[in-house]
This record gives sequence, structure tokens and C-alpha cells, in this order.
Amino acid sequence: MNTARLDAKQGGGWLGAYVLAYLVFLYLPILLIPLFSFNNSIQAAFPLQGFTLEWYGTLVGNSALSGALATSLVIGAIAATGATLCGITVSYMDLYGRSPLAATISAIARLPILIPGVIVGISLLILVNLAGFGPSRIAIVLGHVLVALPTTVVVMRSRFAAIPKTIREAALDLGASDWTTFRRVMLPLSLPAIISAFMLAFLTSFDEFIVAFFLAGTEPTLPLYIWSQLRFPKSLPTVMALGTAILAVSFVIAALAEILRHRGLAATRRPAPASLSKPEETERGELQWHST
Amino acid sequence: MSTIVVTQSLPETRSSPAFRFAMLLPGGLVTFLLILFALGLVFFLAFRGNDGSLLGAGFTLANFVTVATDPLYWTVTLRSLGIAGLVTLATVVTAYPVAYYLAFHAGRRRGLLLFLLTLPFWTSYLLRVFAWKIVLAYNGVLNSALIESGIWSEPTLAFLNTPAAVVVTLAHAYSPFAILPIYVALDTIPKSLLEAASDLGAKPFTSFRRIVLPNSMPGVLAAALVVFVPTVGDYVTPALVGGPASTMIGTLIQAEFGKANDWPFGAALAVAVMLVILAVVLVVRFADRRYGSRT
Repeated sequence: MNTARLDAKQGGGWLGAYVLAYLVFLYLPILLIPLFSFNNSIQAAFPLQGFTLEWYGTLVGNSALSGALATSLVIGAIAATGATLCGITVSYMDLYGRSPLAATISAIARLPILIPGVIVGISLLILVNLAGFGPSRIAIVLGHVLVALPTTVVVMRSRFAAIPKTIREAALDLGASDWTTFRRVMLPLSLPAIISAFMLAFLTSFDEFIVAFFLAGTEPTLPLYIWSQLRFPKSLPTVMALGTAILAVSFVIAALAEILRHRGLAATRRPAPASLSKPEETERGELQWHST
Repeated sequence: MSTIVVTQSLPETRSSPAFRFAMLLPGGLVTFLLILFALGLVFFLAFRGNDGSLLGAGFTLANFVTVATDPLYWTVTLRSLGIAGLVTLATVVTAYPVAYYLAFHAGRRRGLLLFLLTLPFWTSYLLRVFAWKIVLAYNGVLNSALIESGIWSEPTLAFLNTPAAVVVTLAHAYSPFAILPIYVALDTIPKSLLEAASDLGAKPFTSFRRIVLPNSMPGVLAAALVVFVPTVGDYVTPALVGGPASTMIGTLIQAEFGKANDWPFGAALAVAVMLVILAVVLVVRFADRRYGSRT
């Protein structure tokens, strides 16, 4: 037993070094974007030519860029609202609705993770053309609701599942209607997860390119604007400055969402620690990374 | 008597139809209209002839005949499968030790590590691919760094616009997908199993091979699936770092709905991709069942 533990520790040392190297591999390419965004050269190459803020200056007063930013923000806010609303209702009914329909909807809602983005894009392109409004902001919103849906469903589902069943039963026992129980008990208890799901859905939409590419009308989103700039070698430094800003915002929002989600889970974990380790709650599946 | 009635009617039977309807409506609309109906349209369109109109004309199998008989589509499909397969293998094999460390050795650093490993997932996919473009370019980071350090005297074209560049870029972009399912599977292995194995004299490697690995297979398969699916249909990475030699099936679908403007044929290609994915899912299901007897 003792030797086994010692071995495990030594293995842990090697593994620890490996994990460190893995993190370097994960972050190094991404961190090159901020690095070269401050480099006083049009080319992203070593040696570095000196520090400049010139590329950030080119971002200011660029009307195409600010238009794309506004489009992305509006689409992100609406799509995240829609995806969060769907995530809340779908996972709630999946857990408490006890109907085959609710379970089916929940299963289909997690399906987009098994459909490549290009197919989501073309299927919605056909749909919006059939519906009459064609590629437009609304079309992108619909696409982003789909792309963000698996995330919001999984985040909300793990949250609702972590609320002790007795709380909801007590509310119903005391005569609260379904609606009151949902609105006054379950929603407030899951508020951190709702905000977290919203932020993650917003991020998904804000950074999404593949689906938006098919559904954009005349107003590009920010990733589509970046894509259009990638063709011009001269605008690469500007793209890197813009990319740095986007990365910074994404990191901050993702960090806040993560903190909120953990805080929410920790709050209910304390009263019922045993119920969480049951296998049905760690239902192994595609998106179970949110169950930590 | 009355208490019995109350407990029997608790809690689901009392739910009002209006509440159920309102709660099922948003998800129902999205799943049935935006997912099922929209995918149904793709299937429908795949069997139509192209006459320039939105839903095509007449019913035909010609699109599928072309997909099945034209060697171009076989080449591209096999290449997509090859690239996606390599990416999946690379991500799963490199992610496994990370997931293992998280599950068994991370201790108090686990939360922070998990956060750091998933954070790139929430950053722009386009920017992550773009980062690799500046790394691999002819006068890019890697070439200039190699010359700067004296390893090479001339920049090489060998990095950008190769299928290898696509594999590396995609493996980097989808690595967080692979870590988490494996980690969850490893984390749910009862520690008592490992203790029992070591008590009964199993060496660490034996208990890894006989207990940990088989028990984590569902996570490995789930990881393989979530990496394989988005990569097999990807068209951004081949376009940015792949060059013409690594055109993938997603590129062709995108072209049919763009420049080529033959939507029914593009839909048929999409159906073919979905069939390939379905086949992979079924294989994974089958493999999953073999390892299904978890305790």
C-alpha cells in the first residue's frame, strides 16, 4: 500500500510536468496574438521589432469594425437570452416534467453537438429562406441559439439536479402551484447558474463563425469581419490588436461565468453532499464537463 | 385517508396543463422547428434536382449517384475521415494523461487546472486557427524563430498549406473537448477498486491496464465522438492553414451553397456526412456496450 502510494506520487511528478507542457502547448499559440499585436512590424515574425500601440490606434474610428461589434453584441445578447430560456425550461421539464415529450426535447436539444457546424448552417439557411426573411441578423440569432443550446441545457440541468428534491416537494406540499414553485423557489435557487449559462451562451455566440458565415446578410458579425480582413496581409496587425481585445474580454467573461457556476453549485452541495456522487447525476455524456 | 390522497397526488399529477405547455413551448419550438424540421429540409433537398429555385424541382437520386461515383468525392471524404481520425487520435491520446492527472493527482489544484484547460474553449475558434496561421506561415513565427536560433538558414514552405498543419491546428482547437469526458469517466471510478487491486498485489501498471483503462473507455469514446464530429465537417481550418491539398468535405458543402450554387447537391453531400457520422456513432455505441458493464 505504502509503496503503491509512493509510486503514484512519482508518477504524479512526471504527469505534472506533462500537464505543464500541455498547458504551454494550449496557450502558447494563443498568446502569440497579443505578443505580436504590440510588435512594431507588419509581419508576425521574430525578432521582435519594438513596442508600439499603433495597431490599437487603427481600431479606433473604424466604422466597419464598430458596426460589426454592435451587430455581434446585439446578436449575442438576444441569442443568449433565447438559449438560456430554452436551457432553463428544457432541463427543468426534463428533470421534473416526467413526460416522454420533455425527455425527447431535452435529448434533441443536446443534439447540435453531434452535427457539424457547416450542416447546422446550411439547414438553417434553407429554413430562413423558406420562411421568407433569408440571411439576416434574425437568422444568425436562430443559429446561435442552436449552437449555444447544448451548453445552457447541460449547465442548467446539472444545477437543477443539484438542488435537493425535498425543497421542491416541500413547496408543492405547502400548496404552491407549479408556476409559483418554479418562479419563487427553483429560479432564485439557480440564479448563479442562469447567469453563468447566459454568459457562456453569449460567449459562444460572440465568437461563433462557422454558422454565422452562412446566415449573415449585409451586416457582418465581428468574427465575419475578422475573416474578411484575413485576406489582406496589411491588416494582419490590426486583426491581432482586435483579436487581443476579444481574447481579453472572452477570458474575463469565461472566468466570471466559471466562478458563478461554482459558487452556485457549492451553495447547494453543502446540505446534501451524498446525493451528488450518485451515478445518475454523473450520467456520462458528451457535455458532462460541466458537472464538476 | 385524505393524507394518502395528498401523497399520491404529489408532486407531478397536479401540474397544470398551462404550466406544462408554457414550459415545453420554447424548447419544443427550437428542437422541432430549428433542429428536426431544418434537418428534414436538408434531407428533402438532397433528393431534388437543381433548377435554381429554393427547394429544387422533381425527385431524383442523381445527387447521390454523383456523390457515390465521382472519385473526387471519395478522395475528399476519405481525406476528411483521415484528418478527423488523426485529430481524434492525437487529441484523445494526448488528453488522457492530463485527464488522469486531474482525476488522481491534481488534489487542490484540480479546480484551477480544470479552469485553465477549458478556458481556451471559450475563446474565438477563428482566432485560435488564425494563431496557427501566423505560427506556420512562410515568414511567420516558427520559421523566423528557427532561423533566429540558427537551426535553419532558410525559411521553409513545409509548414503551411499541408494536411499536417490542419491536423495540428484542429488538435489544438479541440483539445478541451477531449479532456473533460475522459476526466469525468476517470473521476467516477470508485477508489475502492484501485485499493482492492493494490491490496491484492497488483502492480500500478497492472491496475491501470486492468481497471482504470477499461473503466475509462466510455469517457474515451465520448471524447473521440465530440472531437470527431466537428472536425470531420470543418472548413475554416483547411481554408486558413490547409491549402488546396487538404480540401475537406465541409469545404465542398460550403462551396455548393456559395460559389457553385447547387444547393440540392450540397444537401446530398451534407446527408452523406451525416450518414458517416451516424456510422461512427453506431460503432462507438457498439464499442461502448462492450465496456458497458461498469459498476
